[in-house]
Amino acid sequence: MRTFSGGVHPEEYKYLTENCAFEIMPAPEEIILPVSQHLGKDAQPVVKKGDEVVCGQLVAKAEGFISAPIHSSVSGKVLSIGKEITPTGFPKDSIVIKSNGNVTEQTATLPPLDPETISPDEIRQRVAEAGIVGQGGAAFPTYVKLSPPKDKVIDVVILNGCECEPYLTRDYRFMIERPDDLIAGFKLILKALGVKRGVIGIEDNKPEAIKILSEKIKNENELEVISLKTKYPQGAEKMLIKAVTGKEVPPGKLPMDVGAVIQNIGTALAIYDAVAKGQVLITAALTVSGLGIKNPKNLIVPVGTPIQDVIDYCGGVSDDAVKIIVGGPMMGTAQFDLHAPVLKATSGILVLTKEEVSKSPETPCLRCGQCVGACPLNLVPTKLARYSQLQKFEEAEEADITVCMECGTCAFTCPANIPLVQWIRIGKQKVLEMQKERVNK
Amino acid sequence: METTIQQETKQKVYFDLTSSPHLHSGWSTSKVMWFVNLALAPSIATALVFFGLYQILIILTAVIFAVGTEALIQFIRKKEITWFDGSAALTGLLLALTLPPNFSLSATAIGSVVAIGIGKQIFGGLGYNIFNPALVGRAFLQAAFPVQITTWTKPNYAVDTISSATPLAAFKFDKIITETSSLAIGNVGGSLGETSAIAVLIGGIFLMAVGIVNWRIPISMIIGMFIFGGIFWGINPQQYPSPIFQIFAGSFLFGAMFMATDWVTSPITNKGMWIFGLGISLVLVVIRIFGGLPEGVMYSILIMNAFVPMINRFTKPQTFGKAKEERK
Repeated sequence: MRTFSGGVHPEEYKYLTENCAFEIMPAPEEIILPVSQHLGKDAQPVVKKGDEVVCGQLVAKAEGFISAPIHSSVSGKVLSIGKEITPTGFPKDSIVIKSNGNVTEQTATLPPLDPETISPDEIRQRVAEAGIVGQGGAAFPTYVKLSPPKDKVIDVVILNGCECEPYLTRDYRFMIERPDDLIAGFKLILKALGVKRGVIGIEDNKPEAIKILSEKIKNENELEVISLKTKYPQGAEKMLIKAVTGKEVPPGKLPMDVGAVIQNIGTALAIYDAVAKGQVLITAALTVSGLGIKNPKNLIVPVGTPIQDVIDYCGGVSDDAVKIIVGGPMMGTAQFDLHAPVLKATSGILVLTKEEVSKSPETPCLRCGQCVGACPLNLVPTKLARYSQLQKFEEAEEADITVCMECGTCAFTCPANIPLVQWIRIGKQKVLEMQKERVNK
Repeated sequence: METTIQQETKQKVYFDLTSSPHLHSGWSTSKVMWFVNLALAPSIATALVFFGLYQILIILTAVIFAVGTEALIQFIRKKEITWFDGSAALTGLLLALTLPPNFSLSATAIGSVVAIGIGKQIFGGLGYNIFNPALVGRAFLQAAFPVQITTWTKPNYAVDTISSATPLAAFKFDKIITETSSLAIGNVGGSLGETSAIAVLIGGIFLMAVGIVNWRIPISMIIGMFIFGGIFWGINPQQYPSPIFQIFAGSFLFGAMFMATDWVTSPITNKGMWIFGLGISLVLVVIRIFGGLPEGVMYSILIMNAFVPMINRFTKPQTFGKAKEERK
């Protein structure tokens, strides 16, 4: 079975939602659209307070090469443009739109194109126009990923069907509910990149998805479904590339440097919808789960919907809920303000109870080496955390602290319950600042 | 009045805002310690069966004095008292199981005080010590009570009617080979917990199965014994014991499963664990063959403990993707 070295096996909790078909959540009264929902430059608002907008209308345009436009997910009126809280915990410039409540379909769509005859340039242009960003969490503008520099030879595109974060079942539902559209979207990606080999990597805890997709691609010579060992973080880019191609992406380099491009399941579908249906990206597919939510669901939610509305739609939280997370339980962010909106790349909202998040008290490091054995990037987490505690940032840099992707494997496995990732994150921040200063000098 | 208004206008806030990851394996320091204590139950049982119920007093004395010393020092140092975390109890228990049957209770108590006081707390407590505390305690007793600690009792159900000497001493000084079956069951002379290979293996395999003991250490020790012990045995099988005999006799397996694998005093890298295990066997073979002692597991582990910080430094794993980069 193909995989990477290290990793852990957290309890999956997928049973809560794996059999829940996607439901479409009605638009909320008000949506909040931060102008930064992607990596890169903020989008520039093109509407002002009081403007009437229709669903699907452009409200903020892309600025610079690495950026993405933002469209309204409701029809209504722009209430305000100003700082609003986001799931990252920081307030960001946001466009707040009050829905007039009577439009559910995209009104201002782009003209549909034929996926068979479309050219690679047209695909890229459409992906850029539709504001598509990577659905895997990092929210990297997709058209940038589809426009590699000429000197990079890409020989494989990997569709990431691992969904290795516990609880989340969004990609799984997509794979079994929309396999044909997914494959069509994947082919569009291959076409845009001019690549002849496409691999769909799926963890073996999703046999149904492996079966359906293998059946569908039976007659496709370019495509292949590969079953991967179920292990966290199998879905991390570097781990997935290692498992599929055997190659390691060097620190500071991109997947394309080893000839691979990774795309998320949700991204492939968004590309298909943008091309074949002319839709812009104004919905987020997410898993609402956890033992603390009354009715766990897989939902299609208008982008900008406040977390509170999503939770209310799922029956609210139980009395023993203690933590609300946006994203997966291993890498997601705990929320303190439920006004924060669902963003384009939001993959889940989890309401966790004490039972799920309970931890024992922290003790000194026992030097057991569990974190060392588990780190998928072969770092020494206990040492990195220690350097950070002691403010020895030069040593931390030397020990490759910036390579850490904060997957959480080390802290998950630590018997001394040391918040390793938190310490490493602090150290990483400082080292990055140091490096920036060095460049400026 | 003001506070009530504030409370009303404020939406419900979820206060658990700790950073990711939000899930945890469920292991904790004390859970690990109690699991290791539990894994020693078969060895305690064989100690009582082969050497009599009196041995429970040695075990209790060692545990009580270890836990008491830990609590006392933490109290004096104004630290949190953590006697229920099972780690001091484990040190006491491990020490007791390395002592000869019917060992003096007062000397046992001294051993425990030294183990915790000098072996562990003097370095700053749990996680900071360099040497295995139980072995520090035992090494002290070896020096302080050299006669008592090498006075062996004939076990119950013994097949061998001649002597109460340990199998290794019997071989070293009289070239008597003890049957492997007896070494497995444990009806031979030796320290309380070390005589029964089966009881030790049950505990050790349990700890490997739950992931507390990293298999690399015991396995590399065994491989090391086959290599280094095998060389001498290959040169002269009459003069030197076979590796299998060396593995089953004495405290080799007990050391491999419970002493060398002590988290705090063993390497943190996988490669380091291999070097550590092989090193213990090398030192052990040298002690057993060239030294005056028939035993030597204790010293070989303590010696390798001293190398652990260096081993960790030189076996730092290659960061993912770096090797590829340099090859270019």
